[in-house]
Amino acid sequence: MSEHILRLDDVHTDIGQYHVLHGISLNVPEGGVYVLLGRNGAGKTTTLRTIMGLWRAHRGAVVFRHHDITRLHTSDIARLGIAYVPENMGIFGGLTVEENMRLASAGGRFDDNRLQRIFTLFPAMEKFWTKPAWSLSGGQKQMLAISRAIIEPRELILIDEPTKGLAPAIIRAMIDAFREIAAETTILLVEQNFLFASSLGAHVSVIDDGRIAHSGAMAELTQDKDLQTRLLSLSLDAHQ
Amino acid sequence: MPSGPNASGSLIDRFGGVYLLPLAMMIVALPLVGSFSSWATLTVAGLAMGMMIFMMASGLSLVFGLMDVLNFGHSAFITFGAFIAASVLAALAAWVQADSLVLNFLALSAAIGAAALFGLVAGWFFERVIVKPVYRDHLRQILVTMGALIIAEQLILVIWGGAPLSVPRPALLSGSIILGDVAVEVYRIFAFFLGLIVFVALYLMLNRTRVGLLIRAGVENREMVEALGFRIDRIFIAVFMAGSTLAAMGGAMWAGYQGLISPTLGGELLVLVFIVVIIGGLGSIEGSLLGALMVGLMGNYVAFIFPKLALASNMLLMLIILLWRPWGLKPAVGG
Repeated sequence: MSEHILRLDDVHTDIGQYHVLHGISLNVPEGGVYVLLGRNGAGKTTTLRTIMGLWRAHRGAVVFRHHDITRLHTSDIARLGIAYVPENMGIFGGLTVEENMRLASAGGRFDDNRLQRIFTLFPAMEKFWTKPAWSLSGGQKQMLAISRAIIEPRELILIDEPTKGLAPAIIRAMIDAFREIAAETTILLVEQNFLFASSLGAHVSVIDDGRIAHSGAMAELTQDKDLQTRLLSLSLDAHQ
Repeated sequence: MPSGPNASGSLIDRFGGVYLLPLAMMIVALPLVGSFSSWATLTVAGLAMGMMIFMMASGLSLVFGLMDVLNFGHSAFITFGAFIAASVLAALAAWVQADSLVLNFLALSAAIGAAALFGLVAGWFFERVIVKPVYRDHLRQILVTMGALIIAEQLILVIWGGAPLSVPRPALLSGSIILGDVAVEVYRIFAFFLGLIVFVALYLMLNRTRVGLLIRAGVENREMVEALGFRIDRIFIAVFMAGSTLAAMGGAMWAGYQGLISPTLGGELLVLVFIVVIIGGLGSIEGSLLGALMVGLMGNYVAFIFPKLALASNMLLMLIILLWRPWGLKPAVGG
């Protein structure tokens, strides 16, 4: 197995008076897509936000490469090379597509090669370059959120439910784009769309009630319908 | 039909949108006022008053929009700015009354500069000591900033006393320019153009610089700005200090405009400042300018046409605008 880029050791996180994460432990290998699955309210988003420092773990450790990032400020975590695409996409609606991208690029300057690659992946970004982001469709906003995450080289990208509310045709385009992005960086993907997740991820962890209920190869989970039913209360057939 | 803060496509948007509202207000007021010279005088007074209120409101709008901080202590910067400027002008009375334009200008610059310097330092202190401990807690923000305002007002009483203070106006800005039947006070022209310069500077900073880009993004989603690698709290201190500086400068300008100031000046203006921030749209400099011009014009026209409605006129204006656009005229946050 390749070196782990991210490690969570017995992470506990509270949100207000609620104890949401009850000792999450994860080892995310470098490269490819690592998927976090789980029902609504299981703790997937909280896990990503805890990694990003947006919510604080009160126990346990989050280790990125060899840095303990548990207590770091969110901006310092981002500067280590971790990008975050939240569930609501985090687009700045009052800014143009260009301004959204410029904000995420180092020193406000674009690397032409990366920009051209993004335009190839998501042609809508070039088409709507000068348009305000609020005027984009839901799919285009998601493309912008992902483009913003990859406008600079990142070591790890945390993506929270990118297919939520998107049309099937856009989801298929996303799969192609994610495969290309995953060839050069590591993606930790939170998803509820099992088909999307299983077509991308090599590794999977299932969260239930703030705990890791299962970790292993995605192929194992895809083939084992009993395991799917037990862990996710779903079967792959039901989604085909 | 589109909805939300950035809804567009209506008839009014196609003809210039909300930017035409101050102009529409002027056109409607002309037949109601009756006399052109009175209308012109009221219009110039309204625009000058609007620009001074804009200076006081723009910083509060950014602070409100960027960090969701309700700062009721903002009026303390206005009052202190006014009293500091008045004291500096009084201390430089010889320069103020001199026939030399250079000395007049130096006295005026010293007065506004002293107010601005106070705003800068007091803003830093206020943010670090009073506002920072109560981020994300509106109730405590209201209580703490109101408490700070009471202390600030008492400090003003201790330093300057409770009696109204006369503000000497530099000879450079005294008198009027006569254009036909219309007499336009020089001070009002000066106030209008100073406000315009401040607006243009703020607009360019927000729209042409990286710091401005960060502030605009932070107004919408400060968490995401941090997730992109920026320390929003450091940006916020700078915005807060700029806001308090502008408020103090606005207070200094207002002191010269009124000629007689009292310790309740800031509290009285704070109502207008909040109306401007609300009808303009949170975090929006363009909205603040529009709101301030409309409040200034409305106040002057109504005081002339329906004096008994003068106090209520801007409340009515806010009510009408919020019923029409609940997010304000030009909200910064996208839909």
